[in-house]
Amino acid sequence: MTAPLGKTAAAPAAVRISGARTVRAGRFSVRFRPRAVAAGLLALAAAAAFAVLCIGSGQYAMGFGRVLDALTGHGSPADTFIVRELRLPRACVALAVGAALGLAGAVFQAVVRNPLGSPDLLGFTSGSATGALVAIVYLGGSAGAVATGAAAGGIATGVLVYALAWRRGVHGFRLVLTGIGLTAALTGVNGYLLTRAQLTDAARAVLWQTGSLDGRGWDNVAPLAVAMAVVVPALLLGCGPALRMLEMGDDTASALGVRVERVRLALIGGAVVLTALAAAAAGPVAFVALTAPQLARRATRAPGPNLLPAMAVGAALLTASDWIAQRAFDDHPLPVGVVTGLLGGVYLVAMLAAERRAGRI
Amino acid sequence: METTTAERTEAAVGHPSARLRGSDLTLAYDRRTIATGLDVAIPDRSFTVVVGPNACGKSTLLRALARLLPPARGGIVLDGRDLATYPAKQLARILGLLPQSSTAPDGITVADLVARGRYPHQGLLRQWSREDENVVAASMAATGVGDLADRPVDELSGGQRQRVWIAMVLAQETPLLLLDEPTTFLDLAYQIDVLDLCARLHREQDRTLVAVLHDLNQAARYATHLIAMRDGRIVAEGPPADIVTADLVGDVFGLRCRVIADPETGTPLVIPAAPSRE
Repeated sequence: MTAPLGKTAAAPAAVRISGARTVRAGRFSVRFRPRAVAAGLLALAAAAAFAVLCIGSGQYAMGFGRVLDALTGHGSPADTFIVRELRLPRACVALAVGAALGLAGAVFQAVVRNPLGSPDLLGFTSGSATGALVAIVYLGGSAGAVATGAAAGGIATGVLVYALAWRRGVHGFRLVLTGIGLTAALTGVNGYLLTRAQLTDAARAVLWQTGSLDGRGWDNVAPLAVAMAVVVPALLLGCGPALRMLEMGDDTASALGVRVERVRLALIGGAVVLTALAAAAAGPVAFVALTAPQLARRATRAPGPNLLPAMAVGAALLTASDWIAQRAFDDHPLPVGVVTGLLGGVYLVAMLAAERRAGRI
Repeated sequence: METTTAERTEAAVGHPSARLRGSDLTLAYDRRTIATGLDVAIPDRSFTVVVGPNACGKSTLLRALARLLPPARGGIVLDGRDLATYPAKQLARILGLLPQSSTAPDGITVADLVARGRYPHQGLLRQWSREDENVVAASMAATGVGDLADRPVDELSGGQRQRVWIAMVLAQETPLLLLDEPTTFLDLAYQIDVLDLCARLHREQDRTLVAVLHDLNQAARYATHLIAMRDGRIVAEGPPADIVTADLVGDVFGLRCRVIADPETGTPLVIPAAPSRE
């Protein structure tokens, strides 16, 4: 038998992992990083604050306190109606879509081991757009049909990318290349669908493709919320620890006891469902899935996929963007996708410039 | 020096104690067959080194032993049980592997990386026990990286980094440890450093080590059991002093040479013949 390393007489002083703390109780132990917890809570607070600001924005403007009163049941009947029935659903869509995209982005970036591995790049968003366009152009385009089309299109694209990239397992790089190829093809299909559309339908399709929260209600929140209730715990608890091992390469993860292909399929499947249902709820909101995980990582300074912080940052990004979108031009609210696209694009370019200055690219 | 298949099978299956053994293995990637009818047994508590020319199947064999490549035919048995039937984490507590290349996550510190070797011992509610902590500390001490605990892995030299990866597989606490070309990409001094470390771990910690190496002289110096392969077959195996001869080297590597005693250790040392001047 192997001499157990931990029980040798001359065991050196216990090692500490810098930045991490442990809480132990009997046989149980939980390790966490205070800085990551703080960053996550801060992002969550920001998301909640921007959600309240968004609820207070619009033609019937309300201050922070009035919104809180209405939310907690202490407001006037008119305030309460407007807050709870008209504006809260939209804020919930923003929070849920942001969180879902943040998590999906963090999962994809870790699975393909590439910081650019976001669902936008891997083709799922284009697939959702194709599904929504088909619903708008050929199927009458009721809100339900568009949402269903977007969800179905995104999930179908996910299945297709996985199947096309599979060869004795899917490798990150092959997944990215397959996704880029499919995105190009789907962009062509989407362009074709637009040219087939009536003018009003085309305008609606373009607005949808931008990603927007206008007119979103509880029926937009419900499917995403139900899916998140299942998928988020499965990803965080079921696959999270294995995902950290996957970052070190398939062989290492496998040698450490990870069923690599099974875990990766579960991760991709869960992230595709989140992305597709987020697109069904708000359209393909650009760049949140790409930016949120990277901002989260910078804030926590913790190695690894940072799944929970990425979720919180995603929610904060989307609510903040929606607030800016509503406030930017007084009488002309923008679709939220315009703001996330601008912010995300600027962030990406700034990051690349910083990396270049640092000599890393 | 060539042994017949029957003799080899007997030799392989005949090791008195070999927890890890494979019989009648066919190893293949897609349709490219690397080896057929391969029998192998890893003697317990040995430092087994597998050598052979490029593409002889030595790394493929190691991958099969680590369950990274399921054999197309034949079976590998660990402790009397088919390797394929082990639950992943249970296997990872018996059999460790240092692959040829691994990626250190961005910005990870040495202690954090070594701690990841504890994964097969951990669970959702057992994330970092005292034992984890002690084993990680001991692994870092055994590999001499204790002082680097808080350093980011990407800032280390190649040799230091390899020590850190070895510390990570040590922290896995497996009685069997497979190393796929642990010295490749290292400068000569670091190669010796890593091999000395392996030999010491083998001696002091009572583990069975299996390494694939490129350099026959290094293999002959450090191995207690040598397996020489060519074209997907095991040509010879045994203690280096018994099997490393000029004939074997000619057979396996197609190299004319003399074999003398290593002046440092007395183990066989291969001196390639100079091209004749005529």
